[in-house]
Amino acid sequence: MAFVEKKLPADAPVVDKALNWVDSRFPLTKLWNDQWGKYYAPKNFNFWYIFGSLAMLVLVIQIVTGIFLVMHYKPDATLAFASVEYIMRDVPWGWLVRYMHSTGASAFFIVVYLHMARAFMYGSYRKPRELIWLFGFAIFLCLMAEAFFGYLLPWGQMSYWGAQVIVNLFGAIPFIGPDLSLWIRGDYVVSDATLNRFFSFHVIAIPLVLLGLVVAHLIALHEVGSNNPDGIEIKENLDADGHPVDGIPSHPYYTFHDIFGVTVFLTLFSAVIFFAPEMGGYFLEYNNFIPADSLKTPPHIAPTWYFTPFYSILRATTSEFLFVVQGGIAAYVAFIYVRTKLPKTIKMAIAGIALVAIAGMMPGALDAKFWGVVLFGGSVVILAFLPWLDLSPVKSIRYRPDWHKLVYVIFAIAFVTLGYLGVQPPSPTGERISQVCAVIYYGFFLLMPWWSAAGAFKTVPKRVTFSAH
Amino acid sequence: MKLLKKLIAAVALVPVLAFANGGSYPLDHAPDRSTDMAALQNGAKLFVNYCLNCHSASAMRYNRLRDIGLTEDQIKTNLLFTGEKVGDLMKNTMSAKDAKAWFGAVPPDLSVIARAKASEAGSGPDWLYTYLRTYYKDDSRPTGWNNLVFPNVGMPHVLWELQGVRNAKFMEEKDPHDPSKSVHKFEGYDVVSAGSMTAAEYDNAVGDLVAYLQWMGEPAQTQRKRLGAIVLIFMAVLATLAWRLNASYWKEVK
Repeated sequence: MAFVEKKLPADAPVVDKALNWVDSRFPLTKLWNDQWGKYYAPKNFNFWYIFGSLAMLVLVIQIVTGIFLVMHYKPDATLAFASVEYIMRDVPWGWLVRYMHSTGASAFFIVVYLHMARAFMYGSYRKPRELIWLFGFAIFLCLMAEAFFGYLLPWGQMSYWGAQVIVNLFGAIPFIGPDLSLWIRGDYVVSDATLNRFFSFHVIAIPLVLLGLVVAHLIALHEVGSNNPDGIEIKENLDADGHPVDGIPSHPYYTFHDIFGVTVFLTLFSAVIFFAPEMGGYFLEYNNFIPADSLKTPPHIAPTWYFTPFYSILRATTSEFLFVVQGGIAAYVAFIYVRTKLPKTIKMAIAGIALVAIAGMMPGALDAKFWGVVLFGGSVVILAFLPWLDLSPVKSIRYRPDWHKLVYVIFAIAFVTLGYLGVQPPSPTGERISQVCAVIYYGFFLLMPWWSAAGAFKTVPKRVTFSAH
Repeated sequence: MKLLKKLIAAVALVPVLAFANGGSYPLDHAPDRSTDMAALQNGAKLFVNYCLNCHSASAMRYNRLRDIGLTEDQIKTNLLFTGEKVGDLMKNTMSAKDAKAWFGAVPPDLSVIARAKASEAGSGPDWLYTYLRTYYKDDSRPTGWNNLVFPNVGMPHVLWELQGVRNAKFMEEKDPHDPSKSVHKFEGYDVVSAGSMTAAEYDNAVGDLVAYLQWMGEPAQTQRKRLGAIVLIFMAVLATLAWRLNASYWKEVK
């Protein structure tokens, strides 16, 4: 087909002509309308729906501040620590850029955890939004990798020993572990070689993947449409023009809604940057103001706060706790046999895997450290299965049985407690509490196919709950 | 949702109470002189005269002291002794090898020491303020000095001429958690010889020195807070406007 360009009248404004010229060659207006301008979103979004836009904002802040930090930072073990202080003192506005980046890292996780909490509450991961959830899960993994690699760069004591501890976790894998951690570090201890490769991952490899995933996350979202606090598909109720009755165009309504949300967020963000950039040692850890020293192990090594819920599960896995895990696996397999109608071959396969795991946890087999790493990794990976674990007939917590709310509250408490215990030095009481919380954490997901479908559900209305402002 | 928030808050508090007790020497509260130019200048003088001989502050330039009200000429005539330029970093000339031989460890760089020493027990300045005031004579140590906050410290009491020489009295006390053991409990000081300062003057001087160290940990901190106030006022206005703008659009959504 021959190329036909739409003809505009000769006296059309030059902007229109320019846009027409572009639109004939690239779907600029179409992209804008599909992705935002004429994207119909449910009109009943509440407070919890701001965190997606805020995550986008923080991503932009991190990229822009990161670009400027790389201009002055030296990825060299002998220069890295001093170059950060150089940024803080001698680079004009360097302190502001650095604090924005360090606060932005924590803000990113706060925003993303709240974004995920929203998905939990309103079932935003349910069909047809499974891929949105999976892209989001991959973004979360990238974010964790990005934070982990980036945290080594200031080359302080906590940077150094945190990296040492996490890389050593790979050493717990049987047979290949020690060689694998050596390969990751590029040296026998965390060193200049490690710093250089972590820098490379932090500034280019992970951000590239992250950006691609964010685009995929948004395209998938705008394809199937947003969920809402009522968990109703607004596309099932269209008006004469084919637009959802309960939907409104994102522009201008959510544009200005989000701008308001952004100003509130930036107020809080600025309060931290300008008045508490260390945030009591949680955003910038005190120990990290001591240059990395491979000969001096700090008495208490804790990962940054956003990793600690998962890290606590690792620490909770003692050889004693493995008996509980073995019992749990056996009970779970028995439960699957009695309560599911899965094909026999699948049941057999599950039983086989369980048997291998139980045997591997026997005293004298694989040690607790290895299983700690497995449970640590599993606690993150299990999130990916959420769309297929939740079998509730309704999406939103609003129409679930009241006791479901209690289940979510208990899960949230267990998650926060794990996070809290992870920043504390180990203690016998803390260990017991974290073990209970680890059981709650796994129980929440593994038993979800049953509890999420149980109880008396309320009737989901046909139209969204909305009262005009 | 309210129930959820309350429960989370309650659970978050429990372990705080359980782990609150530290057990080491309690820290005194350092006076806040972070904007007191005279105190900071006196602190800078003490720092350059007493600390910088063995320690460095290699992230800090001498001419940054203009931020605490000194002119370049004042810095040159009063604080530069060995031919440094006013734009130089505060390095020292002691080699790491000598330092190791003399003190058992290389004296740490002090650029960000006030930030590094913060902990649950107190702020970094609190730690420094207590540390520099709790030296006592201990002949069992190679330097002849020991410290209550930093037991078996490698650094001798550099400020002894100012504070004087003191012995520490200890009492053996039964460990309340384990009756078979005894704990070494500090009881007080015996003054061996008075220093050139009274106790109050010495505390004041250390307060100035610590204020300087705190300032040096982040020379931009005053600017940061001042700018922060302006940013927050601006953001409050912007948020109010954005709120009303949003409301005017949403009025039409029925």
